[in-house]
Amino acid sequence: MTLTLGHYLTLGAMLFAIAVVGIFLNRKNLIVLLMAIELMLLAVNMNFVAFSHFLGDMHGQVFVFFILTVAAAESAIGLAILVILFRNRSNINVDELDSLQG
Amino acid sequence: MSQSLNASTLLAIPLSPLVGSLLAGIFGTKFGGNWIGRRLAHSLTILGVLLAFILSALTLKQVAMDGATFNATIYQWMVVGGLKMEIGFLVDGLTAMMMCVVTFVSLMVHLYTIGYMEEDDGYNRFFAYISLFTFAMLMLVMSNNLLQLFFGWEAVGLVSYLLIGFWFNKPSAIFANLKAFLVNRVGDFGFILGIGLIAAYCGSLDYNEVFAKGGELAKITLPGTEWMLITVICICLFIGAMGKSAQFPLHVWLPDSMEGPTPISALIHAATMVTAGIFMVTRMSPLFELSDTALNLILVVGAITALFMGLLGIIQNDIKRVVAYSTLSQLGYMTVALGASAYSVAVFHLMTHAFFKALLFLGAGSVIMGMHHNQDIRWMGGVRKYMPITWVTSLLGTLALTGTPFFAGFYSKDSIIEVAHFSTLPAAGFAYFAVLAGVFVTAFYSFRMYFLVFHGQERYEQNPDAHAGDHDHHDEHHQPHESPWVVTVPLVLLAIPSVLIGYLTVHPLLFGDFFKGAIVVDTASHPAMTMLNEIFHGPLAMALHAFTTLPFALALAGALAAYYMYMVNPALPAAIQARVQPLYRLLENKYYMDWINEHLLARGARALGRGLWKKGDEVLIDGALVNGSWKLIGRVAALARRLQSGYLYHYALAMIVGVLVLMTWFVTRPALLDWLNR
Amino acid sequence: MRRRLRQPRRLTPLTAEAWSKNPMDTKTAFFLLFSLVLLYAALRVVTARNPVHAVLHLMLAFSQAAAIWLLLKAEFLAITLVLVYLGAVMVLFLFVVMMLDIKIDQLRHGFWRHFPVAAMLGVVVVLEMAAVLLSGFRLSEAPVPALPIGIEVEVSNTKELGKLLYTQYVYPIQVAASILLVAMIAAIALTLRQRKDSKAIDPGLQVRVRAADRLRVVQVEPVTPSPPPQPQEGKP
Repeated sequence: MTLTLGHYLTLGAMLFAIAVVGIFLNRKNLIVLLMAIELMLLAVNMNFVAFSHFLGDMHGQVFVFFILTVAAAESAIGLAILVILFRNRSNINVDELDSLQG
Repeated sequence: MSQSLNASTLLAIPLSPLVGSLLAGIFGTKFGGNWIGRRLAHSLTILGVLLAFILSALTLKQVAMDGATFNATIYQWMVVGGLKMEIGFLVDGLTAMMMCVVTFVSLMVHLYTIGYMEEDDGYNRFFAYISLFTFAMLMLVMSNNLLQLFFGWEAVGLVSYLLIGFWFNKPSAIFANLKAFLVNRVGDFGFILGIGLIAAYCGSLDYNEVFAKGGELAKITLPGTEWMLITVICICLFIGAMGKSAQFPLHVWLPDSMEGPTPISALIHAATMVTAGIFMVTRMSPLFELSDTALNLILVVGAITALFMGLLGIIQNDIKRVVAYSTLSQLGYMTVALGASAYSVAVFHLMTHAFFKALLFLGAGSVIMGMHHNQDIRWMGGVRKYMPITWVTSLLGTLALTGTPFFAGFYSKDSIIEVAHFSTLPAAGFAYFAVLAGVFVTAFYSFRMYFLVFHGQERYEQNPDAHAGDHDHHDEHHQPHESPWVVTVPLVLLAIPSVLIGYLTVHPLLFGDFFKGAIVVDTASHPAMTMLNEIFHGPLAMALHAFTTLPFALALAGALAAYYMYMVNPALPAAIQARVQPLYRLLENKYYMDWINEHLLARGARALGRGLWKKGDEVLIDGALVNGSWKLIGRVAALARRLQSGYLYHYALAMIVGVLVLMTWFVTRPALLDWLNR
Repeated sequence: MRRRLRQPRRLTPLTAEAWSKNPMDTKTAFFLLFSLVLLYAALRVVTARNPVHAVLHLMLAFSQAAAIWLLLKAEFLAITLVLVYLGAVMVLFLFVVMMLDIKIDQLRHGFWRHFPVAAMLGVVVVLEMAAVLLSGFRLSEAPVPALPIGIEVEVSNTKELGKLLYTQYVYPIQVAASILLVAMIAAIALTLRQRKDSKAIDPGLQVRVRAADRLRVVQVEPVTPSPPPQPQEGKP
């Protein structure tokens, strides 16, 4: 069978679904939360590259370039926050982060 | 050819009492620093009113002799949507006569007050008030449009309030002045409705413009009803007159207004303010002539007032109250004349009544002064020996009041009785009966008071309240003494016109050209005046003829009855009272009018207010709307607060669910819309 | 939907026939391999008990993704993924995970309680996406080449990307650079701790010192020496 756009898109969709489930499941582990976000970004990037290939448009890849940049920056800051959090609370339990409760 | 009067002269007439009032009121009281003493205060105000009187007399001469008139706008205040609000003067015969009466009586009262209020702390304030009143009354009578009339109307009501409550530390005085103001307000409500209707349908408040449109108004009905518009207007205007001129049922304030000092009872509640209603109806005669319904109403109300208020005067023990009920009764007479379309007769009686009623009030005040402020006639008697001038003038006033031929009151009262007889309106029969019966009643209570006060035994010692305030009184003996000249001179000056003015002016006023243009009578449908004209053959003939008529017989009967019951057989009144106890109680409670007002109307109004306050304001507005709105917001916010759990993954979940919902919407939208439109 | 790969252990006559008629080419086989491993790695990321295992599986996932992108002829991005993500970001993750002293047993608490809802969410996401894909997309077309047919010049992906980036997207590149700078500064500002034995003084505090904080003048009574004791005579 030949590979079509559909295959790649489905792959991206499943990756995204796994990442969403991961966010929801991991209440006690902030690191896995951050990793699930990286997975989501990866799924999106997959879609972009697939479309860029199948539609012959380079702009998709440019966009992936920028997404990579921003994702890297965001994970750096996210991890810095994680470190601070751990310093203050000695655990990375997401369940206990409710001081913003209204 | 009628020339025009001088506008500056006319302007000076109301303004000079105003200036006097302001100077005495501001600089003579604590408000302005107490710069002016008593002598300067009364001199300034008397000077103001004297100037007004002299100029008014001059104007009267010009109007009567030279036929001059004046009708112009002095100052335009503003124009609102085509309605002009102006200050203007209309001076013709009617106005000139009113001006002279007002200023003359006011001058007499000013002079009298020097003696009467000598021991009072509010001396300067009193003079300021009565001068202010003179200004307001002059503005009322000289106005050429309804707005200025209404201004004067309200202003005299205000000054009346201030003067009735002059001794503001007395609770009864405060009750009385509030009562006067509120009852007047009821009348003013009707008055304003009438003015509003006129403004709406005529587009102007100027007299001449309104009268010009009178004919058109008579043809249309009030929208939404079957009432003729002119009838509604006239009835509304008359309600105002009922309030101000104390007609039944808005008369309840006048007896209570005797709480004020006697000079103001003379000035305001006898001669001038209460006649404002009569004056207004006369001024509006072109409109009233077009509505027979209104004239019938006027006749009925006037007749009821004339008879039933007189009956109340029979049993009063306070000297001022007797005269007050007499005033009410005579106002009823004037109103009957208005109803019979005999406006000139009404105004004529207004003038004569002003003189002799002011005289009677001032005389009563003099007696009160002499009796050391005792007002109860049961504890007087034989005063004529000690106060001769007061006695003679009061006798002349009483004779004028009862309609003794040749005196002033005779000409006006008998004319009223005749026009009531001649009027062709349906209510005229009742009116004629009422004014005739009123003659007997008037004579009876007038002579009752006269005999009890000036003749008979001296009963001063029998007064149970006599010893109450005697410790600081420097008069050790209880015998009365004559009042000072400032009091007796006005009495004499008022007695003169009470005797003479009827004889002198009956012809020109009633049957001459004096009121030409001012009063309009539809002689075809209201023939009373023309019929009166036919039987009039001069004042002398009228007086001589009177001795053979029914009214004279009734008056004589009344006088003799009073003489018998109070001089010859003093025990008889008590015996009669014991026999007709229910009737006596009805009279004593003033036909339960006060009871109705205080217990039904006033209490009902207060209950309504309290109900609206508790239920409407507190429960509804405060509770449901004001408090309810924030409580509702609080509850909604408490619900919304649950969305803010503080947990990151809840927020992430919310975002994801949102995305899913949107996605579902976009994916299924075509299918959904197809299904809906199927 | 992608067809499941049958196990090629035994070639039954039926399957052999189908296989010969419609052979899978290498590219598709590689794609299947890479995607399977990718999905497995992603699943292990979210379900691993040990966070270090999770990070390692994430690295595996990214490497598979890079391989897939190579298949899609996006070489530059594939290499970038390896260099940036695997080389920097994942290493950072690993550093942080190993640096923090996390109690492992507490991590999965409540995992199975939320599983039904999570599973349902996942299924819904997948179904929605499938519905979108099936309804609208041009799924069966062959890929469109970047250049029009007929021109057979070989241009590298890198050069293509570079041509676009440095002409149309110059400003966004500058913005991306400043984002990275800001991220760096933010991370340092958040986590920097002072050395505890540093003797550096905050100049602001130094300037605000008052004399009263440093010096205290005390009045002290002068101590006069006591006179020497007089020799007592005549007293025992």
